[in-house]
Amino acid sequence: MNSRTFVCIVCPNGCTIETQYEGDKILSVTGNKCKKGIEYVRQELIDPRRTISSTVRIEGAELPLCSVRLTNVIPKKDIFRVMEEINKIKLTAPVSIGQVVIKNVCGLDSDVIVTKNMG
Amino acid sequence: MQKRDVVIIGGGPAGLAAAAELKKRGVDDILIIEREKQLGGILRQCIHDGFGLTRFGQTLSGPEYSQRFIDQVKEMQIEVLTNATVIDLTDDKIVTADTRDGLLQVQARAIILTMGCRERTRGALAIPGQRPSGIYNAGVAQSYMNLYNTMVGKEIIIMGSGDIGLIMARRMTLEGAHVKAVFEVLPYPSGLPRNIEQCLNDYNIPLYLSHSVINIKGDTRIEGVTVAEVGPDMKPIPGTEKDFTCDTLVLSVGLIPENELSLAAGVTLDGRTKGAFVDENFQTDVPGVFAAGNVLHVHDLVDFVSLEAEALAAGVNEYLNSDEVAPCDIEIETDRNIGHIIPQKVSGEKNFRMSMRVRKPMGRCKIIVSQGDNTVKSTIVPNAIPAEMIQFDVAADKIMSNEKIEVSVYEQ
Repeated sequence: MNSRTFVCIVCPNGCTIETQYEGDKILSVTGNKCKKGIEYVRQELIDPRRTISSTVRIEGAELPLCSVRLTNVIPKKDIFRVMEEINKIKLTAPVSIGQVVIKNVCGLDSDVIVTKNMG
Repeated sequence: MQKRDVVIIGGGPAGLAAAAELKKRGVDDILIIEREKQLGGILRQCIHDGFGLTRFGQTLSGPEYSQRFIDQVKEMQIEVLTNATVIDLTDDKIVTADTRDGLLQVQARAIILTMGCRERTRGALAIPGQRPSGIYNAGVAQSYMNLYNTMVGKEIIIMGSGDIGLIMARRMTLEGAHVKAVFEVLPYPSGLPRNIEQCLNDYNIPLYLSHSVINIKGDTRIEGVTVAEVGPDMKPIPGTEKDFTCDTLVLSVGLIPENELSLAAGVTLDGRTKGAFVDENFQTDVPGVFAAGNVLHVHDLVDFVSLEAEALAAGVNEYLNSDEVAPCDIEIETDRNIGHIIPQKVSGEKNFRMSMRVRKPMGRCKIIVSQGDNTVKSTIVPNAIPAEMIQFDVAADKIMSNEKIEVSVYEQ
């Protein structure tokens, strides 16, 4: 049996969750205020996932950059691969919030979308 | 001179939420004055997500969060003046602004102060050493990187573990920089635990607590820093000095409410919050001048800024209807475990929300609000840390007299 302390990042509560587990089987969790904490720990044990936010270049807007984010979490190990794809993008104004910039980025079941209205 | 019912100074999250809520309450004659070209305040450069969980039940980036309020303000046809800097405010509520069309003076019946914060700088910390380039405040680095496409450096040291510094540690790493370490002078982090986790631990960036930068080296560009461990007296411990090379030093050492205009209007500031003394209506000690958001006290989450500004709108509306709000003569005092508290005065006639921060990590705590022998409110906080604002509601029917209210925190 192993034990590990997690800080849940799902919401601003940031619960400290004490976990006992065997392989990817959770034996006990304490400290989480809600069920999402258990889900978070389960995911962290088998395949930690995160969303990322970044910027892409844009032409024809007041500023040279437009902000973007992922619509869904991706495996932590793929973050820099996705950043490479995001950095290839160049947009032309106008763009609006929610506009898909890369559909299903790197085949990871997550889209890159615009998060700022520009132009 | 132009006349307005309400002038809102600052079109960030607090100003926008206050405007929309006032309009919903039937106040029509509102002017928002914003110094930047666009509304949204600091959220324009906060491109990371995590905003809106409390307010909208979903996680949004800063620009998306602010756009929801900007859309409301536009739909409601609330008048906005951008590219206009308020340069003076008087106690009889005359606003002077520097605008593209020249000087503008407005006589307001009520003023809402929502100017936000500034960052504490190197000068305020008095770090010894040379004065090279390559030293940035975290928010300045954030604006360069997220708005203007300018990378600040490659080998980064961060001083201070405030949330903006943590967010920028991740951001700079994603854009290819090497963030060597974060040094925090206090024995505990200043930022939220989830940001330590997802911005530092995720990218193997070490955090050194009880450490401070004691020297800065470099002639034209910064070349390195000397760091030392500090003792309980916050002074460097001789013999613990270590040198780190870097081309950039990012400072994330706290925010200071931007209250020059408040002072010009004669508003009294609280030395603890660095913002105005306010009552439960968010009215300052100058009648008709109200304040909310980060100009009042530094918040941890923007969701609470919006909620506070909406609560303020109720008070402003009451003031407009009767040219005053109910007198608030009950003072609120705190024990030494509490860093600051809002409001500092109440009427005892209205339910209100108390916001406070503890001075040091205290674990599981009981907070007791009392008036003499009478317990007004008692609440348990599972894990009290300075990085998190603690909020709870207080019911007016439990307030029995005009005696002062005392708030105390007890470790459990």
